[in-house]
Amino acid sequence: MNRFLDALALIGRGLIGACRTLGDVAIFAAVGVSHLLRPPFHFRQFWRHFVEIAYFSLPVVALTALFTGMVLALQSFTGFSRFNAESAIASVVVLSVTRELGPVLAALMVAGRIGAAMAAEIGTMRVTDQVDALTTLSTDPMKYLVTPRLLAATLAMPLLVIVANILGVLGGFLIGTVKLGFVAQTYLDNTWDVLEVMDVVSGLVKAAVFGFVIALMGSWCGYNSKGGAQGVGQATTAAVVASSILILALDYVITEAFFSR
Amino acid sequence: MTPSDREAERSVNQPGSNPTPKIRLRGLTKSFGAKRVLDGVDLDVRAGHSMVLLGGSGSGKSVTIKCILGLITPDEGLIEVDGQDIAKLSRRDRAALRDRIGMLFQNGALFDSLPVWENVCFKLLAQKRITRAAARDKAAEVLAQVGLAASVGDLSPAELSGGMQKRVALARAVAAQPDIIFFDEPTTGLDPIMGAVIDGLIVDCVERLGATAFSITHDMASARRIGDDAAMIHKGKIVWTGSAENLGETGNAMVDQFARGEREGPIQMELRK
Repeated sequence: MNRFLDALALIGRGLIGACRTLGDVAIFAAVGVSHLLRPPFHFRQFWRHFVEIAYFSLPVVALTALFTGMVLALQSFTGFSRFNAESAIASVVVLSVTRELGPVLAALMVAGRIGAAMAAEIGTMRVTDQVDALTTLSTDPMKYLVTPRLLAATLAMPLLVIVANILGVLGGFLIGTVKLGFVAQTYLDNTWDVLEVMDVVSGLVKAAVFGFVIALMGSWCGYNSKGGAQGVGQATTAAVVASSILILALDYVITEAFFSR
Repeated sequence: MTPSDREAERSVNQPGSNPTPKIRLRGLTKSFGAKRVLDGVDLDVRAGHSMVLLGGSGSGKSVTIKCILGLITPDEGLIEVDGQDIAKLSRRDRAALRDRIGMLFQNGALFDSLPVWENVCFKLLAQKRITRAAARDKAAEVLAQVGLAASVGDLSPAELSGGMQKRVALARAVAAQPDIIFFDEPTTGLDPIMGAVIDGLIVDCVERLGATAFSITHDMASARRIGDDAAMIHKGKIVWTGSAENLGETGNAMVDQFARGEREGPIQMELRK
């Protein structure tokens, strides 16, 4: 009986801890967003992070999308040829890339690159008293550190995903026409015929949400890091893991919202 | 408050008179889990004077300063600045109070992502009291006051030595002409000569501004150089207050042991054997 109660207490403690963390993150996000409505706004900080995310993440996102499109076309061909459905490859590539792979893979790459960097930078600032220094210098740390990052990531991710979509489709087109022998015009016609506005819009909405989540988890983990270099390392890992899991979970939720009948 | 106002305030705050202290702490307590770090701190800091709070590592010095700055919320107790209970201040009044305060952190806490000139004028820029173009000139002026060339302003904090970082941090603390300045272990990690240089700069800056200074340190030489008054905190309580001049010969066994760095005495280090 005692063992049963101990196990129950352990589960209860875990659940309470999870609820507390969820509440903390929600309040953190609400405070971060609320500073958008209250001046001053640190435009320089916003621009710095926007360029860091939208411009300097381009190579990694572009390469990921290009190769993903290429692999997708190749794999679809080997699979679909068993059913004589090779003509569906262009449709599969464009729908997969715009609805799912573009936003999800771009977000996972950005989570690894930007989420980790945000957690490390803010975490280092936390453990070296720079966050406290901001307060003593008449600057709200949330307003200065978190709000510009949230906005920058939310606006930059859709731009990255537009590029990822184009390059993902291009990758499929290159493999389809160069390696698999599709006629270029036919491949493009198949691509355009199947593509609807909602496919692109859903992907861009996902991108914006994923961007917000990456910045939120990076900022939150960094802001709450403790204990020197080890704490910053743990915060960085936690930021990437948490944002990756949230990206995949929210991907399902948004897909359900857009496409479930 | 201008430096001349502060001089007038200082003149009526001589020992013997009974004016409102610039900072008044009463019954301040703070615990972290089971550990009681502050256990009823009572302390007055006279306006226009330099108070040095002495104490060993983990005695509660930094927590005391962080409570006054509002970076940590005390469990109980009163903190008054200019007779106003800071716990009762509105958000706006608290922000206004912070505008009047400067702080030198132990490790400098300079912002790595900004050049030195922007670090120095950060508060002035945040308060929109200065344009970015004017801030460069202002930074050069303040850097000169702490013995640094204007060209240092274009460097990144990571390119500076420890002593230079401390001087830049001091420049940042005084750039907005605060009327209360806190110094957290200003000479820690510096060689004795650089420590004396920093102390001299602190005294110069505080005198020029006519500010009230509150420093925490365990460097006795530094305490004598920068302090008018001194207090000692031990196990979260103020155990002595007096003049900083005669540290080491105060007649208080704890202070004298601490000042002389003696192993034997009423302060026993908790060492596990």
